[in-house]
Amino acid sequence: MPEGPAPAPVIQRLRVRYAKRGRLRFTSHRDISRAVERAVRRAGIPVAFSGGFTPHPKISYAGAAATGVASEAEYLEIGLTETRDPARVQADLDAALPPGLDIVDVVPAGPGRAGDAQARPAALADRLEASEWRIRLDGVAQDAAAAAVAAFMAAGSIEVERLTKKGRRRFDVRAAVSSCELDRRAAEAADAPCAILRMVVRHSTPAVRPDDILTGLRQVADLAPPSPPLVTRLAQGPLDAATGGLADPLDPDRETGLPTGDDAGPAGGARPRPGDPASADAVSA
Amino acid sequence: MPVESLFPRLEPLLPSVQKPIQYVGGELNSQVKDWDGTDVRWALMYPDAYEVGLPNQGVQILYEILNEREGVLAERTYSVWPDMEAVMREHGIPQFTVDAHRPVAAFDVFGVSFSTELGYTNLLTALDLAGIPLDAADRTGEHPIVVAGGHAAFNPEPIADFVDAAVLGDGEEIALAITEVVREWKGEGSPGGRDELLMRLAASGGVYVPRFYDVTYLPDGRIQRVAPNRPGVPWRVEKHTVMDLDQWPYPKKPLVPLAETVHERFSVEIFRGCTRGCRFCQAGMITRPVRERSITTIGDMVEQGLKESGFQEVGLLSLSSADHSEIGDVAKGLADRYEGTNTSLSLPSTRVDAFNITLANEFSRGGRRSGLTFAPEGGSERMRKVINKMVTEDDLIRTVTTAYENGWRQVKLYFMCGLPTEEDEDVLAIAGMAKRVIQAGREATGRKDIRCTVSIGGFVPKPHTPFQWAAQCDHETVDRRLKALKDELRGDKEYGRAIGLRYHDGQPSIVEGLLSRGDRRVGKVIRAVWEDGGRFDGWSEHFSYERWTACAEKAFAGEPVDLDWYTVRERDEVEVLPWDHLDAGLDREWLWQDWQDAVDETEVEDCRWTPCYDCGVCPTMGTEIQIGPTGRKLLPLSVV
Repeated sequence: MPEGPAPAPVIQRLRVRYAKRGRLRFTSHRDISRAVERAVRRAGIPVAFSGGFTPHPKISYAGAAATGVASEAEYLEIGLTETRDPARVQADLDAALPPGLDIVDVVPAGPGRAGDAQARPAALADRLEASEWRIRLDGVAQDAAAAAVAAFMAAGSIEVERLTKKGRRRFDVRAAVSSCELDRRAAEAADAPCAILRMVVRHSTPAVRPDDILTGLRQVADLAPPSPPLVTRLAQGPLDAATGGLADPLDPDRETGLPTGDDAGPAGGARPRPGDPASADAVSA
Repeated sequence: MPVESLFPRLEPLLPSVQKPIQYVGGELNSQVKDWDGTDVRWALMYPDAYEVGLPNQGVQILYEILNEREGVLAERTYSVWPDMEAVMREHGIPQFTVDAHRPVAAFDVFGVSFSTELGYTNLLTALDLAGIPLDAADRTGEHPIVVAGGHAAFNPEPIADFVDAAVLGDGEEIALAITEVVREWKGEGSPGGRDELLMRLAASGGVYVPRFYDVTYLPDGRIQRVAPNRPGVPWRVEKHTVMDLDQWPYPKKPLVPLAETVHERFSVEIFRGCTRGCRFCQAGMITRPVRERSITTIGDMVEQGLKESGFQEVGLLSLSSADHSEIGDVAKGLADRYEGTNTSLSLPSTRVDAFNITLANEFSRGGRRSGLTFAPEGGSERMRKVINKMVTEDDLIRTVTTAYENGWRQVKLYFMCGLPTEEDEDVLAIAGMAKRVIQAGREATGRKDIRCTVSIGGFVPKPHTPFQWAAQCDHETVDRRLKALKDELRGDKEYGRAIGLRYHDGQPSIVEGLLSRGDRRVGKVIRAVWEDGGRFDGWSEHFSYERWTACAEKAFAGEPVDLDWYTVRERDEVEVLPWDHLDAGLDREWLWQDWQDAVDETEVEDCRWTPCYDCGVCPTMGTEIQIGPTGRKLLPLSVV
């Protein structure tokens, strides 16, 4: 058995929204987790460790965008052995990470359900019901893309095939897509002729990924982009049934107003809203 | 003229290749200097995949030293995987640096660090992708000067057609000296073109320019003479030795990749050189004398390196790390400093006789007590005398017993097969040794879960070692002996299941042997193999022995030499060896005497602790042994 005292307990849990941008979108999930661990050490953040022969820092990830996919809204949770000001953690961690892996928001995890304050905070992953995606298709005409989207949304179900960990699987991609629109304004402002799609996709099993939707678009409308699509996750969060949009998954933590350390400023004063990086509005289908 | 980044063209292609992150750069502590603000520009290459090349110390050190200089820029490039090569060829994208994605052909100097000869075909891929003519003779003022370095450069003759120059030994000072020659020549308006630049480098005595030497051959295929073909070129080119490692505390800011690489740790060289005198070990022969880095510099480098990188592991590198005169204080000092921070220390290359349990305990204080590795190299006492690995079986048993008593459960043992004078029973003796290790472990602990892993590498005779004259063992014999060893271990009911055996077949060693002791005629084989698709020869999934033998047969047709001539043939004392004009400082007569001593099973002591035995290095090179103890200790770090 390992000698010495038990590892220091977790005193504070921070929920972190981060982005992977530009060329850093080619990082895999494992690359990111190594980079975050090293950044935590460089930044001197008092991360808690698991016990055992090979102690691991207590950092957990809620889902992860695939290698090659950019994201404005990835989430992780980190356990600290001391209380820290979230704004300071945000600044320090961001400075210690390579440019392109950027910390967007840090919020202390709220307590569990009312009357159950000792319980672990409600799992962040459970709040990530859906993702908003932006897919830029270079060399695709806007009208062709619009027609394909219309055909896609009009279909009752669209079966595609993909090689998953469990082998080749066939599944419906249509049901998971709650909205899908062409963003003409953004495409017109782009540096090269392209079509830009924005869509909200529910997280399901098997996961419906942006490339599955592109497969679906090819099946229903022969949409075949000449170069690889540029995919960006704009937001993740609870799906608002009324608007079809996504809420900020960290809002419930903010609302519970846990103490956040001595000199903490107002938590998330200038916090980003889901979908902020792009100008156009996603419209419900 | 500004040089455009290739990244905009590369980026759309990256989703289609494996592990694209290895091509995007942006590592922590990497840097991109302004192209137009510099006048000497180096592209540094480690000719293997990014995951192997990125952690390479040599490249990281030169990268940092060059970039620290005003007016000098260095960027890195690595071998691209075959899938990327295909994409680059299809889209006309040249070999690029990962820092600013500039084309390699735009740089002044293309420096390639060869740790192993199996990287030669990868050099050709990079040159070809870069648009640099493979033949150095076909290059013009438009192309970079291609310079080889690293241990394999101590015999660059097989790649003499493809490189413009080669540099032997420590790179820190000579890289800067080359930079100054290039800067001056460019400043004068590049007079005399490429030829004059190479001449200036050659005349300095520290840079080998193969084209300025002619090789003539005897009718039987042996070399008659290697001689300069123009005035002002030295007959012999000397290796470079950095004295006072404390003056060169690099890397200061280690590169931290996003991609996963083979070594995920901060490494500090705690000394260079080794005088243990193992006769098979080229590194130990060509890096003499021993020069220690002081305990305080080591401490400072570890502190800064961890802060700059965020790594969780520190490796204390050298050829035999436990031999540092203050290793005990280094280990204790570092273990004290980093206690409770989940920082682990590792000590690669520990000799059986230098190991002690206090040291091992310090190194495992950070947590793990996973495994210990020792390298007896030879299975029998006789074999170890031949190779001058002065470790007895009783030493080993004593050491592993202590280790098992102190909580280790697993020991790894490294051996070689195919050593000079080796007989079947020398290899079978490995089994006996491994069984005694398990037996000792079981007795010491009263437990059954004691493990021992035996790893075996094929021996390849290397230039500048006493075995440079030896016949390499043919691969059939190596394979037969390994099979017999395997059968011996498998058949043992008592111990067999506690012993793991890892080895490779003997064929790749023969190709390594051809490239290690080859002369300029071997260049044709390398080119033919490359043209036939040979890439990444150090990777078993890419290596093809059949391709090498077929290409060698074709290339040597009509010549008095063949693959066997280069590998399994013993040389005599008077034969001119292809690297005789390249001076590692070792006295040729001493090497020959040491070869005779090997055959006679006579051992030689370490000159750090016994009188000098005249290997020749210190007087020839004007160097001296630099070892402690300094008597200083590492103080606790002040809490930040």
